[in-house]
Amino acid sequence: MPAVEATTPTIRKTALNAVHRQMGAKMVEFNGWDMPVEYPSAGGIMAEHNAVRTGVGIFDVSHMGDIRLAGPQALAAVQHISMNDASRLAIGQAQYSALLYPEGTFVDDVIVHRLGEDEYLLVINAGTREKDFNWVRDNTPQFDCKVEHLSDDFTQIAIQGPKAVNLLQKLTDADLSAVKFYWVTRGTINLLKAKPRRYLSDILIARTGYTAEDGFEIYIPADEVTSARVWNEILEAGKEFGVVPCGLGSRNTLRLEGKLPLYGHEISDTINVWEAGLDRFIKMEKPDFIGRAALENAKAVGVKRTLVGLEMVERGIARDGYKVLDEAGKEVGYVTSGSPAPFLKKNIALAYVPPALAEVGTRLKVEIRGQGVGAQVVPTPFYKRPKKN
Amino acid sequence: MSYPADLKYTKEHEWIKVDGSNATIGITDYAQASLGDIVFVDLPKPGSEITAGKTFGTVESVKAVSDLYAPASGTVNEVNGELATVPEKINKEANTTWMVRVTLKNPEELKNLLSAADYEKFVNEEGGH
Repeated sequence: MPAVEATTPTIRKTALNAVHRQMGAKMVEFNGWDMPVEYPSAGGIMAEHNAVRTGVGIFDVSHMGDIRLAGPQALAAVQHISMNDASRLAIGQAQYSALLYPEGTFVDDVIVHRLGEDEYLLVINAGTREKDFNWVRDNTPQFDCKVEHLSDDFTQIAIQGPKAVNLLQKLTDADLSAVKFYWVTRGTINLLKAKPRRYLSDILIARTGYTAEDGFEIYIPADEVTSARVWNEILEAGKEFGVVPCGLGSRNTLRLEGKLPLYGHEISDTINVWEAGLDRFIKMEKPDFIGRAALENAKAVGVKRTLVGLEMVERGIARDGYKVLDEAGKEVGYVTSGSPAPFLKKNIALAYVPPALAEVGTRLKVEIRGQGVGAQVVPTPFYKRPKKN
Repeated sequence: MSYPADLKYTKEHEWIKVDGSNATIGITDYAQASLGDIVFVDLPKPGSEITAGKTFGTVESVKAVSDLYAPASGTVNEVNGELATVPEKINKEANTTWMVRVTLKNPEELKNLLSAADYEKFVNEEGGH
């Protein structure tokens, strides 16, 4: 595993921790956070996963971090520290990107939101919050731009699934039909249970997610009372759509079906952009940025390993870290993430293998408890949501 | 959660139901609830020997892989073939869904196992932290 920053000895809790416990969630430690892994009352991981694929589910993702860059040179700063081209963003638009080390490997992957003329918000991973903030701050002193760590300012709730838009529209005055995927708006969230009725105004509502499904992520104040009210209100408003609370277990299986990378697995400080297959999110032609030179060299040399999707063809489940073998039984790579896929009803995995073994249809084996179990390279993403007409 | 009194239990959350020199082995209600949706069971072939306290197979949920520990030593006579296609039956009926049927080698070993009451006390303590 790649080295990450030392985590604080105390386990951190989101503002919704007590709510999860009241709902009977099974809690686990994740990157130093006490988080729900599944809600047995909602039917558990498989039921949560399938609710998001066919209806709607909600996730507490307050452990995610946020860094705001604002000032006359905010764009230049963002361009310098990230690999996608932020100059293409209109106000209210977002893009998937990454912060890179000079070696072309990953500090973290991020969503860059352009909130205003000279204002950007980077949404970062829970396990890399401090590392990312330090990285951004330390690499941008030359720019006229303020860098703020806002991770503890928000409770972040993800509302995900084909019915997410119907659910959230009941609670906000923002016209969600006008918000395209990877755009962000501001709006109210109605606090039904507050007396007298009041509104949370100016809430960030982003049409983003980590489930390979349509959906939204909302950023509300991090106090426990407001967080619990909004969470419960969403569940209440979502009853007619069969909404379920979802934990990190289904979040992981959903993102795996959609081949969305997870830091420490598909991407890390020892894996570069080409290996991870994130070519379409890097803009080599934009002004210079950290990691660019190394990646130019790496491209000329060619990659030694590449990320592929595997489907088990024999009985067995590939898991994170398992070895990948060629047909002759020789070790050729490793599984970065592996799991049963609840919606696809297959056992799938992402793995690094040499490019020569990466072609769709290639027969490989995954070593499971000392035995090579048959798998084959399949097209990815494993799951793609149906296009709307 | 229920832990029938006619079964004996391990601290690794298996149960054994003894009938003379034969026995069936499964996992407890607590184990299935902790694992969540069970999707895969890997069991020894009939004729294999299993040894008390040693692993004899694996049970997997969506999220977790868990070893199965033999409550007692013996020879596997039969494997519950149904579990290859409907492993989720363990979630629904943990106390009656046996995994392997064995002929016991040394019934004296059963004395080391927990009664239902002791097992329940054990899991309440374990689950409480």
